[in-house]
Amino acid sequence: MSKYLMNKFLYTVDRDPELVERYREDPRGTVEWWEAERANVILNVPAAEKSSWLKLSDDEREALATHDYPALFGLGAHPFLTLTLCIAMFERDHAEPLGFQLEYAQRLSHYTMPYPDIAT
Amino acid sequence: MATVAAVIASTHHPFYYKASTSTGAERPPFADEWVAKITSFRETLTRANADVLVLVGSDHFHQLWLDNMPQFLVGKAPFYDANWYNEEREFGLPKMFFTGQEDLSAHILRDGLDAGFDLAFSNELRIDHSVTCPMITLRPEADLPIVPIYTNIFAPPLPQPKRYVQLGTMIREVVESWPSDKRVAIIGTGHLSLELGGPRQFGPHGPDPEFDRKAVEWIASGDIEKALGEVSLESLWEPGNATHGFLDFMLMMGVAGAGEKADYVDSLDLFHTMEAYFTWYPKGIK
Repeated sequence: MSKYLMNKFLYTVDRDPELVERYREDPRGTVEWWEAERANVILNVPAAEKSSWLKLSDDEREALATHDYPALFGLGAHPFLTLTLCIAMFERDHAEPLGFQLEYAQRLSHYTMPYPDIAT
Repeated sequence: MATVAAVIASTHHPFYYKASTSTGAERPPFADEWVAKITSFRETLTRANADVLVLVGSDHFHQLWLDNMPQFLVGKAPFYDANWYNEEREFGLPKMFFTGQEDLSAHILRDGLDAGFDLAFSNELRIDHSVTCPMITLRPEADLPIVPIYTNIFAPPLPQPKRYVQLGTMIREVVESWPSDKRVAIIGTGHLSLELGGPRQFGPHGPDPEFDRKAVEWIASGDIEKALGEVSLESLWEPGNATHGFLDFMLMMGVAGAGEKADYVDSLDLFHTMEAYFTWYPKGIK
């Protein structure tokens, strides 16, 4: 399990406009590319000094590859990161203000307190 | 020595800028009431005649990240760029630019370290909406030099609530020992009950109106003891999964002081969170 790496994916995609679009259009391909090429690059450190051990678990990879944000919530991804990136990708598909945000809440409605642990 | 001219605690709502500047069909029905409340709140800072602003907020995974996460960080830079691409994208926030009060940053770091707070620092900090929102609401001219202070309310493990209060107390004492004749306003923003990215998000009110009612009472009356008695790192999950932002309100209660009643209190029930605004004048108003 790597909550940290799920969060790192969400964080690094969310801050890059090109990656936001790429992930919207090709989630599985983006996740596969990112895990192979970017997952181990320590942010703000030259790529040659990258880490050697970071890897998504199968359920984490599948949740990211299918835009399955309820599953990401269940796996303990940071809810702020997941929400922010999903708004960037999907709010545009909803005509009503907050339409996507309310659908998002509805799709998570089977979760009750205490929520999955987000500590990394 | 410097004078603490005002202590101000507020929620920071990134949608205020868009709501307040929109017109016609774009303008939400609650915008006029919100603008009226903010205009009144802004006057409380204007009346303080501050020369310098110390701004307490929390980075929302913009510059501070899980590979290197400070609990408490003081910006020490001559200038600060502000707001990020994803805040422009989601909230319509403009890019901003501030001058730093670097000698006060240095003073807070030195005396804060000596007072037992192992503060992190940053010499190049791009600040986010936790700091720019109060600038937009309280000082839209953005013409006063600042010292930004970031707390971690976001990425567990967090310090205990009493530590935020103690940090606030320390900030107040250290600002008052700054060898300067300047008038300093200490402004901090946080949240009442709030859910983001969870099943209770974006409801017609905040996720826990009862918590909000109690929290406003604690802050307005300066009842640090009661707040510390009822709030724990564990209990803050209950009112909403982003309610740890309340820790910055507790910090500001530490700045204002135990038992110090706020001179100005206002709130506004919005569609997914309660806004709340507090001002103290430790030395009165001239």
